[in-house]
Amino acid sequence: MSTFETIPESTSQTSAEHLAERLSKSITAAAEADRREGWNRPPVFLPESENGVLEVAMGPHHPSTHGVFRMDVSVDGERVIRLKPVFGYLHRNHEKIAEGTAYLASMPYTDRLDYFCSLTNNWAYALAVEKLAGIQVPERAEYIRVILAELTRIQNHAAAVGFLLQDMGASGTPLMYAFREREKILDLFEQLTGSRMMCNYMRFGGCRVDVTDAWLDRARRLVAGMPQFVDEFEALLTTNEILMVRCQGIGALKPDLAVNAGVTGPMLRATGVNYDLRKVDHYGIYDRFKFRIPLGDHGDVYDRYMVRILEIREAVHILEQALKEIPAGPIMDPKTKLRGFRPKPGEAYGRIEAPKGELGFYLISDGGSNPYRYRVRPPSMINLTVLEDMCLGHNVADVVVILGSVDIVLGEVDR
Amino acid sequence: MAIDQELKIEMGKQGVFVTTIQELYNWGRRSSVWPMQFGLACCAIEMIATTMARYDLARFGAEVFRPSPRQADLMIVAGTVTKKMAPQVVRLYNQMAEPKYVIAMGACAISGGPFKQGYNVLKGIDRYMPVDVHIPGCPPRPEALIQAFMTLQKKIDSHHLTGEGRPRYLDPDAPGEFKVPEPGEHDLEPASNQGVWPVPVVIR
Repeated sequence: MSTFETIPESTSQTSAEHLAERLSKSITAAAEADRREGWNRPPVFLPESENGVLEVAMGPHHPSTHGVFRMDVSVDGERVIRLKPVFGYLHRNHEKIAEGTAYLASMPYTDRLDYFCSLTNNWAYALAVEKLAGIQVPERAEYIRVILAELTRIQNHAAAVGFLLQDMGASGTPLMYAFREREKILDLFEQLTGSRMMCNYMRFGGCRVDVTDAWLDRARRLVAGMPQFVDEFEALLTTNEILMVRCQGIGALKPDLAVNAGVTGPMLRATGVNYDLRKVDHYGIYDRFKFRIPLGDHGDVYDRYMVRILEIREAVHILEQALKEIPAGPIMDPKTKLRGFRPKPGEAYGRIEAPKGELGFYLISDGGSNPYRYRVRPPSMINLTVLEDMCLGHNVADVVVILGSVDIVLGEVDR
Repeated sequence: MAIDQELKIEMGKQGVFVTTIQELYNWGRRSSVWPMQFGLACCAIEMIATTMARYDLARFGAEVFRPSPRQADLMIVAGTVTKKMAPQVVRLYNQMAEPKYVIAMGACAISGGPFKQGYNVLKGIDRYMPVDVHIPGCPPRPEALIQAFMTLQKKIDSHHLTGEGRPRYLDPDAPGEFKVPEPGEHDLEPASNQGVWPVPVVIR
């Protein structure tokens, strides 16, 4: 894939050939240093070019990398000419541990994948096991799942926008607004599941505990106040001049590259590709609700921000409908027994539209009590693969903003 | 050294403030503990939540999260330390200026937590550097982090500037820097540092 298309003409001072020569020199030197000294090597400096091509190691301890993530950035002056993501600093053997334990025992581990959205992770895993074992979920449980997933989406997108603004230098204020709303949603989660972040709530064939009417009322009140929050948030941010200057035209991603690289979620929809698993896959009961899919136009950081804000609004619409229509009934499939759970040999892939993109679990069963193979398709990591293409030609300061707009969580990237 | 408390109160009523250098020193130190902006995993989100409006860590003089270890007093090891990340964590600790404190936040930082059986997870950061306060939990609630802060403040308050009870950073014999572990053939080497929690040797 060509890496020079994303460099804007106006900022280009040197000719393409000259840049290509420098790039190849930098890559050769970096690769040599990699081979010689391993992953933990110091950055290399190439003094032979005009300004010197400097390799900067951003991370693993860097306030803007959203955890422990390293980017080896080669810069020509202020301009990025090469970017190599280095991950694995939070590799916690999720898949290997899951292959050694019972199906149900992996459920708490899925909470810790994308630790902002533990409930959607639960759902994706439960969906995969339900496909594997052919379990039907009662209607009330499906409604509860939708309610919790959309609440998760709201708090994730609010926090993601807050962190993006934090990276941009608006230290504190937008993040505090986002976390104020997030805490309200976490209170709901805590009341229902007993935990703020690591909910461990869904089970194969339903949910762990039933929601009460008081909880539903509280959720309705929260949802009723949510549009006001989004209006307030947008009044602060959307037309803010600094935000527009720093975001518009930065980190543009082309739709064909996004599709080819497997990018999903708000990042893909910001490029204008209409692909949302809630509409495409009809998993759960999403085809009962009326909602729209917000799409971007340019695929830049601003579009990603706008898509997230609009998705919060659509999530509020879904929540209003789900909280109105939720029926009475059981919350667990009575035929499923969680103890001694042994699905028949076979394989299944369950995927949902997590707030960050397509989250899938691929399971192979050999008839035993633990999966033979357990594989997670993490949206954050696959969205990260286009990071270099988005960053080339931009300034170092923009790399931070572009990374913030990808909305990664390292627990999911490294697993 | 101790001042007569009644006399102190009486003097206070007359507008005279009496204290000792030690009290003043410890008061200043405990009221402005600046943590390092350093998150590793899930617990970092709860750490951020603690600094936000609802829990408001600023009440304890600790809202200034510094991105650089040179400007920080406190390292909150918030999250799973993997074997790839452990050398960097110890190096950051070495780069901090004295006096420095460490809070191990969450089950993973204490012992490896739920991921202890993993091949890539360090089984407790206290193998490589001294930890002042451990907070259990997965992740600990923001209140637990605030409790850890108050425990640390009590600990700082109880420090003597001289004599036997003086803290590590006032003892010229005590180490202030610890060896950065390196990836060895099978595991990080060394398995633990001198002067901190020793790893028990398993005899089979």
